[in-house]
Amino acid sequence: MDRPQAIRAANAIGLTKAEYGGSPSTLCKGCGHNSIANQIQQVAYDLALRPHEILKLSGIGCSSKSPAYFLGMSHGFNSLHGRMPAVATGALLGNHHLRGIGVSGDGDTGSIGFGQFKHMVRRNVRMVYLVENNGVYGLTKGQFSVTADEGQELKYAGLNDFPAVDLCLEAIAAGCGFVARSFAGNAKQVRELLKAALAHRGTAFIDVISPCVAFNNEDSSRKSYAYGRDHEQAIQEIGWVPQQDEIVIEPTEPGEVRLVPLHDGSRLRLQHLEEDYDPTDRRAAVDRLMRADAAGEFLTGLLFYDPSRRGLAETLGLGEHTLAAMPDARLRPPPEALADVLQRF
Amino acid sequence: MTLAHTEAPPEPPSPAFDPHVNDFSLVVATANGTGSQTANLTLMRSFFRMGVPVNGKNVFPSNIQGLPTWFHIRVSKDGYLGRKESGLLVAFNPATVDADLRELPPGGAAVVRDDLHPSVARDDITVYRLPVKRILEVSDAKGKVRDYLGNMAYVGALAWLLGVPLEVVEHALSVQFGGRRKLVDPNMLIVRAAHAWAVANLEKRDPFRVVPMDLTRDLLLMTGNEAGALGSVFGGVSVVAWYPITPSTSFVDALREFLPRLRPPHDGGRSYAIVQAEDELAAAGMVVGAGFAGARALTATSGPGISLMAEFTGLAYYAEVPAVIWDVQRVGPSTGMPTRTSQGDLAFAYTLGHGDTAHPVLLPSSIEECFEFGWRAFDLADELQTPVFVLSDLDLGMNTWMGERFAYPEGPLRRGKVLSAEDVEARGFARYADLDGDGIGWRTLPGNPHPRGAYFARGTGHNAAAKYSERSDDWLANMQRLARKRETVRRAVPAPAVERRPGARAGVIAFGTTRYALAEARERMAARGQQVSSLRLRALPPSDAVRAFIEEHDVTVVLEMNHDAQLFGILAAAFPDLAPRLRSIAHLDGVPFTAGFIDDRLQPFLAAEEA
Repeated sequence: MDRPQAIRAANAIGLTKAEYGGSPSTLCKGCGHNSIANQIQQVAYDLALRPHEILKLSGIGCSSKSPAYFLGMSHGFNSLHGRMPAVATGALLGNHHLRGIGVSGDGDTGSIGFGQFKHMVRRNVRMVYLVENNGVYGLTKGQFSVTADEGQELKYAGLNDFPAVDLCLEAIAAGCGFVARSFAGNAKQVRELLKAALAHRGTAFIDVISPCVAFNNEDSSRKSYAYGRDHEQAIQEIGWVPQQDEIVIEPTEPGEVRLVPLHDGSRLRLQHLEEDYDPTDRRAAVDRLMRADAAGEFLTGLLFYDPSRRGLAETLGLGEHTLAAMPDARLRPPPEALADVLQRF
Repeated sequence: MTLAHTEAPPEPPSPAFDPHVNDFSLVVATANGTGSQTANLTLMRSFFRMGVPVNGKNVFPSNIQGLPTWFHIRVSKDGYLGRKESGLLVAFNPATVDADLRELPPGGAAVVRDDLHPSVARDDITVYRLPVKRILEVSDAKGKVRDYLGNMAYVGALAWLLGVPLEVVEHALSVQFGGRRKLVDPNMLIVRAAHAWAVANLEKRDPFRVVPMDLTRDLLLMTGNEAGALGSVFGGVSVVAWYPITPSTSFVDALREFLPRLRPPHDGGRSYAIVQAEDELAAAGMVVGAGFAGARALTATSGPGISLMAEFTGLAYYAEVPAVIWDVQRVGPSTGMPTRTSQGDLAFAYTLGHGDTAHPVLLPSSIEECFEFGWRAFDLADELQTPVFVLSDLDLGMNTWMGERFAYPEGPLRRGKVLSAEDVEARGFARYADLDGDGIGWRTLPGNPHPRGAYFARGTGHNAAAKYSERSDDWLANMQRLARKRETVRRAVPAPAVERRPGARAGVIAFGTTRYALAEARERMAARGQQVSSLRLRALPPSDAVRAFIEEHDVTVVLEMNHDAQLFGILAAAFPDLAPRLRSIAHLDGVPFTAGFIDDRLQPFLAAEEA
């Protein structure tokens, strides 16, 4: 194993992978969220992100604790249950050059924060919004969340009488231009999606099925590791290609290879496993997700991509300067300006 | 009822107008949505232009069109700006004309639209009937717009009855319309037509007059919301998140007016962001996020919005994030009385959160203080690292007030304890460590490039280094530090304004807009030999000066516009040893206090004192 050496090796800005780590996780051993935190750490290291240019954001829940477990040299805000979108919106207007990485859960996003989530997506705040989706509330001991399947039975929660909410469909309906689904057990796909999401100009939404080993990991559960491993059906092989790299297109059966240019000049290489799937077609994406739901399929990959909408800071006309770092002289108009405006009253 | 016959021959106005010259209250009764606001503000600004102190209060319904609305204009040579019972009435609303005429005191006068046929007959008031339709027809105003200008008819008639020169009215209209002749001219045509009609047809039989004085030179006429918004701009507001709610909406409207003009784009980018949030909860969250990032962020709302902001205010108190929240108070909750003024949010806002929270609350009473607290709130929020409330009210926020020209903010922006990367290198960084003994730690802003410059913010459960901790000793130490911080807050907020009267054994503590009626009541009482001191609270928590004031008087009456005596409760809890000296006048009926009301309600306490 060369792992210890990999941890010690410095990336392009001289940081080791360990330096992208955080506090020790207090989540359960085997929790999908830990795997995702590791992938975020890995991606930040691989991309040589400057930690101080990242802002971590979360709401409340197991998922929302996890930003403490990666990127310890980045600022973070563990806010209120379901309210991360509002905090993110404000913080990323206060300093719109920060790269926001938000981590939420299915209850945090799909229940208590459903409204905020949809409104933030509608405004297209530039950030990665990652949901660690396990279908249950962990910290309160296993109640169903809105993403649990109708008819599912759990020891504590009993029978779930209500249909599941598909967060990807909701994101598409709200106008999101980057909608992906992944599986905590598919580390490579999570990483490649994260890299692409960081390059997106608006809200990049990733719904990661992340099994809860304590309350919802029985083989029959569609949010379990076993189910995910057996049923995950990637619609593409995904490879993120940095700006400077030459791209060699090597189409392989059965799907074509498609290069999707991202906002920062990097590209996403999608090798489609489903021949007719076009991730830039919104209606097709909705249709495919609804068919997958009806057929009980667990689709992963980049489901929808449309970079045409501006991010909120762009929409509001913010420029080079961040609002948080405006010099006083720009913030406070001069005495003549006050005298002038008072003339009219 | 003496109806002035409009066909009566013209006669010169009577010179016998002595006691009501520049000292009366005019109430204009119209239906909501008929465009009377322009007419009323034009009248008010005309009096102001003549050098006579004025105040206008719009008592309006929660409705777009149709429900009754009353605009009160106080004209006072003595500078009293509180509400006063009407002496002069403009009755233009068929739905209320009977009640409006009935309420007019003896000796009053009314201008009544002549297509209204009131059933009230009184011989102790003067009534002028105004043929609005005919005036519109004979005016040179053309086209459809003419139908919207009917209210200008009472402006023209009153100009003649009260003795306001037409050029003064024209100037007022011009200010009203920002100098746009296209709007001024058609309005002025109606004013002139009505004036000419009045000259030819009305016999002046009432005592009310306005004569020029020189008491308004260099003064402003502005709403509290405009003044607060302007102050915020000079305080460096850069993120505004809000949700529409009466009576705070015009605060944000004013920001949207001032910001593009006063803070033009620079280097290709704007220097502010305004977001209309999906609700007040999100608005508060955005403000907290922006404050965490280091921007000066503000939201403006009213009571129901404050309810939704409880969650984020509590978080910001414990995560120690600066924020400015303007609460323009109204009667609440829900529908019915939201367009009526109130001081009912005080106790709730003061401790907003889920317990063990106390916020600095600024209490402006004038447009000057709205401006000053507008910028100062940001300095306090940054220095104290906490949400700061500014509690205005509908009367102050939406009505038009006279005031002195605003003083430019003193000194540079005070950004509080923020560490740069160099500071972190030199001094290290522990977010919640109390290095200065004032309970306030040093913070870093996201983007600080020092490897040890970051921290992970959360509500509870952190130690001095902002690391996660559920240890009792860490949490106790945190709460003890916050107690020291509260002391710092107490010394930092604006001091009360105290007016002592020699020999006064009784004092009144009040805040906000009740000051005007209180000042007038105290003058009246002093003229009768009753001396009452006053303390106008300008902020919570109450300072040592408040304690001293209560100690100085045998009895201190706490005057407030709510039902539950909220300030009384706060003061009794803050100074339990002095609680027996406190009395309460707590009253809320949807309209601002009058001097007469306060005078009457104070008497039992003073009588007990004298006994």
